[in-house]
Amino acid sequence: MTPIKINNPVIEVENLRFYYGEARALHGIDIAFPEKQVTALIGPSGCGKSTLLRCFNRMNDLIDSSRVEGRVLLNGENIYDKSTDIIELRRRVGMVFQKSNPFPKTVYENVVYGLRIAGENDKNFLDERVETSLKGAALWDEVKDRLQESALGMSGGQMQRLCIARAIAVNPKVILMDEPCSALDPKSTARVEELIGELCKDFTIIIVTHNMQQAARVSNNTAFLFEGDLIEYGLTKELFVKPHNKQTEDYITGRFG
Amino acid sequence: MAVLLQQELDKLKKKLLVLGAEVESRVKQSVQALLTGDIELATQVKKGDAQIDNIEIELEEDCLKILALHQPVAADLRFIVSVLKINNDLERVADLAVNIADRAIDLGNVARMKSPYDIATMAVLVENMLKMSLDSLVERDSALARKTIINDDAVDMMHKGNFTKVKAAIKNDLPALEGLIFYLSISRYLERMADLATNIAEDVVYQVDGEIIRHGGMQKC
Repeated sequence: MTPIKINNPVIEVENLRFYYGEARALHGIDIAFPEKQVTALIGPSGCGKSTLLRCFNRMNDLIDSSRVEGRVLLNGENIYDKSTDIIELRRRVGMVFQKSNPFPKTVYENVVYGLRIAGENDKNFLDERVETSLKGAALWDEVKDRLQESALGMSGGQMQRLCIARAIAVNPKVILMDEPCSALDPKSTARVEELIGELCKDFTIIIVTHNMQQAARVSNNTAFLFEGDLIEYGLTKELFVKPHNKQTEDYITGRFG
Repeated sequence: MAVLLQQELDKLKKKLLVLGAEVESRVKQSVQALLTGDIELATQVKKGDAQIDNIEIELEEDCLKILALHQPVAADLRFIVSVLKINNDLERVADLAVNIADRAIDLGNVARMKSPYDIATMAVLVENMLKMSLDSLVERDSALARKTIINDDAVDMMHKGNFTKVKAAIKNDLPALEGLIFYLSISRYLERMADLATNIAEDVVYQVDGEIIRHGGMQKC
């Protein structure tokens, strides 16, 4: 397999081990993510892909008795250093979840939420950010006339794109997506997938998905994880045609176990 | 999902093997018709080609259906792609068998003459290559497939030699020109069959090893 050329890794993971209490969920992962590309993490349930994803903006810190060993470098700096400002980290590494989670606020306030937390209150700046973010999330045309209405009245697909708009409003380096389409219908899924292709011009995207065809469609690179180990990592177009590892082959062809 | 796909792939493989066996027997029959001057057998080979054509169409439709419904990847994808190509190659081999049958009939209409080269030996070589390529397909044996490909050189050499022999025969016996041209065509058909057996073997290597070996791999240009 052609090794992935990583000239500008945005995130570099070094010997990452993750524990839920005594149970080790990741057994020493080494992986790097190239800038402004889409990388898919695939693997069966419980393989550690979501755990790995959540290590990149320290979402796992919220889980009691969890523990991390090893390093995760964001632009060369270890995000697990004591000096890391976690709010700032999560601004730089945004996240979109499986179930869209807009705040019970207006569309406008949802988009500017992160900016307001960062102390930004300049109306012109916020207006401009709302427009560019909603345009970036391919939502502007649908909601420009109802920015002051509650976000909770939107369709599922729109809410998910609103969450993407909220993530990009703070201009992150990386966007983590954890099963972003699993609650969406095929049409909304197609829109989000199209959006991913647009977003990777400006952002580095790491996406966890159970949908193999989706990983194949949207990503440049694919990493296959199994039982807490990284089994294979390569160009998507090669991994889905000629995987090197038997376990990868068995998983993507559905002959698992 | 995986079980359903596996069933479809098994069915596809069976059908391809049926086609392979049919084509193999057509080749043997056409050569036999030629060597024994059996016009009836030659006519039978010609008539039977429609059946091969139908299987080819069915197989292609099966492949398209599986691609559309199951979106196979990795080894499954390579299998389908190679079936599509091998299907095509086998149908072409059957067409060449019809060509040989045609020439057998043509030769019946000209003054009886001996072939200026050894048809039987060449035909055995070609039939062997076809058999090896199909066996490599059945067994998913890329080593056997690679062996098949090596044999193609011998057939090419033979065809070259046949050309020289036919040319010499024409010089010696100009009135026999028509029949000799038929014999030259036959050598060419056999040589093409060996090329198609080579293609099949190359597709088996791709299917099994994921390696593209035809044209010696990607070339600089």
